[in-house]
Amino acid sequence: MRYLRRPTRGTGAVAATLACLLLASCSAGSTATGGSAGKNSLNIGLTAEPANFDFTKTEGAAIPQALLYNVYETLVKLDQSGKIRPQLATSWSLSKDRRTYTFHLVKNATFSDGARFTAEDAKFSIERVKTDWTLVQKTQMDVVDTVRAVSPTELKVTLKRPSNDWLYRMTTRVGAMFSRTGVSKLATEPVGTGPYVVKNWNRGDSITLARRHGYWARTPHFASVTLKYFKDPTAMNNALLTGTINVIGQMQSPESLYRFQNNSKYKVIEGTTNGEVVLSLNNGSGPMKNPKARQAVRYAIDHKALMDTCWAGRGKLIGSMVPPTDPWYQNLTDQYPYDRDRAKKLVKESGEAGRTLRLRIPTLPYATACGTVVKSQLEQAGFKVKLDQLEFPAAWLTTVFKNADYDMSIIGHVEPRDMQTVFGNKKSYIRYDNPEFRALLAKADQGTREQQITDMRAAARLVSKDAAADWLFLLPNLMVADKDITGLPVNSVSESLDLTGLGRS
Amino acid sequence: MIVRLVQRIGILLASLVVSSVLVFAFMAVLPGDPARVALGTSASDSAVAQLREQFGLDRSLVAQYFSWIHGLVTFDPGNSYISHAPIGPQLADRLQVTLWLVGTGMVIACLLALPMGTLMAVRHRKPSGLLLSALSQVGVAIPAFLAGILLITVFAVGLGWLPANGWTPPVQDPVLFLKQLVMPALSLGIVQAAVLTRYVRSAVLDVLREDYLRTARAKGLRPTRALLRHGLRNAAVPVVTVLALQLATLLVGSVVIERVFVIPGLGSLLLDSVANRDLIVVQDVVMIIAMAVLLVNFLVDMVYLLIDPRLRGGTS
Repeated sequence: MRYLRRPTRGTGAVAATLACLLLASCSAGSTATGGSAGKNSLNIGLTAEPANFDFTKTEGAAIPQALLYNVYETLVKLDQSGKIRPQLATSWSLSKDRRTYTFHLVKNATFSDGARFTAEDAKFSIERVKTDWTLVQKTQMDVVDTVRAVSPTELKVTLKRPSNDWLYRMTTRVGAMFSRTGVSKLATEPVGTGPYVVKNWNRGDSITLARRHGYWARTPHFASVTLKYFKDPTAMNNALLTGTINVIGQMQSPESLYRFQNNSKYKVIEGTTNGEVVLSLNNGSGPMKNPKARQAVRYAIDHKALMDTCWAGRGKLIGSMVPPTDPWYQNLTDQYPYDRDRAKKLVKESGEAGRTLRLRIPTLPYATACGTVVKSQLEQAGFKVKLDQLEFPAAWLTTVFKNADYDMSIIGHVEPRDMQTVFGNKKSYIRYDNPEFRALLAKADQGTREQQITDMRAAARLVSKDAAADWLFLLPNLMVADKDITGLPVNSVSESLDLTGLGRS
Repeated sequence: MIVRLVQRIGILLASLVVSSVLVFAFMAVLPGDPARVALGTSASDSAVAQLREQFGLDRSLVAQYFSWIHGLVTFDPGNSYISHAPIGPQLADRLQVTLWLVGTGMVIACLLALPMGTLMAVRHRKPSGLLLSALSQVGVAIPAFLAGILLITVFAVGLGWLPANGWTPPVQDPVLFLKQLVMPALSLGIVQAAVLTRYVRSAVLDVLREDYLRTARAKGLRPTRALLRHGLRNAAVPVVTVLALQLATLLVGSVVIERVFVIPGLGSLLLDSVANRDLIVVQDVVMIIAMAVLLVNFLVDMVYLLIDPRLRGGTS
């Protein structure tokens, strides 16, 4: 019995400790959210979570996706068809020399910190891009010469030269309006004029936006919207099937759409995006420096078969860097039609048949799905291909994007109108260097609208003819939602997931 | 007893120092510059250099190591490279979530394994014992994530009884909390139970063959009573060792289970931080896991002393 008594006392102590731990951990994950949304709230499933809330210093599409138009507003915004519409500017005009924009601003807008929005804030925000931003997008404001707040509701922006692109860029993150008193903690406490404020961020799980009292325009339907982030596409599908979320904002497994298509509880939305899935070729060094080898690659890829295999046939074959929602879109798939014999001939002529191509892809669903198909099709044309998967973002960004230590890669370029940033800069990872192409882009920016369309088309044709890359397909905008959710965007044309028009029927 | 305790504490401290050096060294050789990743690919070299200075990444590795240890010891691990948010509260929050998972998983494993293992040993020649033995073999063969996916497919998507994933704090909604805890805890618990059952069976079988048990029965005790009174305490020493090892497996297993069930625990934090090269968070999480494992091993040593009085005397 002596032995039995001791453990009894020990057991008591252990039990007491466990009880204390239990009480202490009752708030475990106290910032977590869970469960299905109520009538007045909405849960949306997304894939890429913002690293922080500061898109002036942090790259990536995730921050503007969550915050732009919802928390931050711009003077002008893009509508579903890609047209520029008023937001904080009620109207605007362009001077005869096409250099000075005059914006008339709304009178009653306020920031979430209580400050009133005036032309001084707009001036502050535009000028701040040049001085404080660190992203490559900041160069989009280089064309601005002077910014003048004529009155609290009138702003004049004079450009160094006419620029068609500048007003368009004002609809993106660089056009976001910041409060002069609210930029000290951008990474954690965003302050904007939008209809929502960030109520809670449970890192690694979800961001909850709450409807703001005293918003200057029409208040949105949902009092709170939770953006829930899923790394695994199947987990996101299951969350919708079991009612944890109401909307799949970005379907990452198109092959599983059948689970929702024949179910009356859900609706499937399919539109287009700005996301060109590019087979990037290193034009600067290695075997892909050889134009004939690049042309061989373009002829060797059977795009239709590839899209059917790796993205369940969803998406669009465009053959260039221009999506259908841009005014200068043209289908260029016939420039390099699939022709394996021609590809084989070009491989021989290029003299690169014996060299091994390093296909270094990021660990992203579409890239891993397409990587093996691309490898197999290129090998059938006579190339030798070594496929490497690089962890995304860190390893891929450093190896491929920063150091251009690759021959080929696969990546979705999702930024709007990104032909200039990817191919117009000879230092970009593709290392495409064609002065004629850059001249066309410059001319397009300064000309009339008609000239812009003509020149942009010529530029897109040129970069395609040079086989600077191969455009595998355009990612579709695939969304699945509860049947009664209304106002979901069919096309994803802006940087924002615009929540302001969502409702419930 | 005291000497042994001091000895054990010394080993614990030395192990902590060695593991902290290893964790730090592994992070240092990982490819990808944390400042470059934080700022993005388009950031200028001067901006990256400025951030490196801000994070202290421009200092020598030795200086960075000591600064990190200082942060850990003073419970102020600083701010994340990526989210700019303080790491301390985030770690505490995530650790509690994982403790719930691992704790519940362990309880389930023990509740299943101890009676089943004993039963299997007592009836090891009977059909029921063989059946249980076969069942536990199947359990050993199934990885926890597969068990999780199977549970989701059947009970969430198929029958609609439980939510497929997510996490709710118990104070916010206790019922939903329990519903969301059931499947991830079972996934961890069942698989661990299968492994543990086999050890319990073997330990009890060994005890059943011992002379003292035969003596106890010869003195008139019924077999069950003899086993409960004299056998289980002796069988406990190897079982406790395995339990400690399994706790480490559970902690690691929870990394995968948290991903499958979309639970914001320590494991998800670790995976996200590795992908984002938020090295300071990775270091902290790995160190916490290492500390937990070392601490459990230390506690197991202490439990040996409680269970087995023969170990208390001397320094052997």
